[in-house]
Amino acid sequence: MSATRYRAPPADALVIAPLDEIVAVFHRASGITHLVGPEIPDLLDVLAAQWLTADAIEAAFEQVEGDRSALIATLDELVAAGLVERG
Amino acid sequence: MRHVFGVRVGPVAFRIGSAWRAPVEQLRTLYRDYPAHDGVPDFTVRLEAARPWRRFVRPSVHIRGDFVIPDAAPLPLAQGLLAAEMGMNLQMALGQRRFLLLHAAAVERDGRAVIMTGESGAGKSTLAALLQARGWRLMADEFVLVEPATGLVHPFPRPVSLKNAAIDVARAALPDALWGPLMRDTPKGAIRHLVPGAAALAGAETPAEPVLLLFPRYGLPAEQRPVGAGEAFVRLTQASTNYVGLGERGFTALTRLVTDVTRAAIDYPDTDSAAELIEALW
Repeated sequence: MSATRYRAPPADALVIAPLDEIVAVFHRASGITHLVGPEIPDLLDVLAAQWLTADAIEAAFEQVEGDRSALIATLDELVAAGLVERG
Repeated sequence: MRHVFGVRVGPVAFRIGSAWRAPVEQLRTLYRDYPAHDGVPDFTVRLEAARPWRRFVRPSVHIRGDFVIPDAAPLPLAQGLLAAEMGMNLQMALGQRRFLLLHAAAVERDGRAVIMTGESGAGKSTLAALLQARGWRLMADEFVLVEPATGLVHPFPRPVSLKNAAIDVARAALPDALWGPLMRDTPKGAIRHLVPGAAALAGAETPAEPVLLLFPRYGLPAEQRPVGAGEAFVRLTQASTNYVGLGERGFTALTRLVTDVTRAAIDYPDTDSAAELIEALW
């Protein structure tokens, strides 16, 4: 069984506007505005148009000892919001 | 329709048709200093009788137009002017696509605009009207129009709908103003429309750059606190009737607005305090 992978839309499918304490993300395909935490744009950038496993995401952020459950919870929230696909 | 009235308010042209003469006569008086509009309007409002005989028997006004709310309750004919004003608001709220529409008031000085938003009853209409007596041009009291391409605020200086105690306060502060008829016992209490001053009507085609975004609350000791861009964005999406419909144009206009302006929540006990707070933030 292969590991779960995640993918975000290509960078030009999103419009990202930092607003002090939060970040507004406009998803062009759905026309929906999402309000996310300041750490999310980097995650969307790493996942833009490419499938990555949680291992690969942690490696991209050099989080070898990172909190895997927090990352999975964040990814699950983004999947539920429609900003990330799970495959 | 038997009786028709066309008027231009800032960038928007309305045509109001009525089954009765009285509301149109009142509109002609209230809008006597506005430019007339005889061509194709942006929005049409029709004041119709619920049934043909109701034009004469206990006449009640149904609001119709390009956009309607199906179960809106009719108003008695004595409140026909209010029905026309509500109909015009409804067309804007449901049909406006050229501008990002914010439920807010705005005043201008030196080409720079202050936008004041908040829930109904927060005092923004009254404050905007009273600031006219202190050198400000009234741009809007109900709908602030933000042009997505430029970020500029365009004037929409409709008559200001003042309610209950605010009516006498504004009459004292603006003794030369033109007023509509006093309508008692409306769903919101007593209502009277105040025509914006000469500066507002002369500048009805002149946009301004928004520089200050306020969330005012009347009736509390004077105080102010900064508001983050994120909080302002969320509150303005809730205060906009067409943010979702405008798609990316709305997103770009609103994120730009909240990023570019100074933002503050102000509490104020009276107009003097509010004016001082605004001058300090200006």
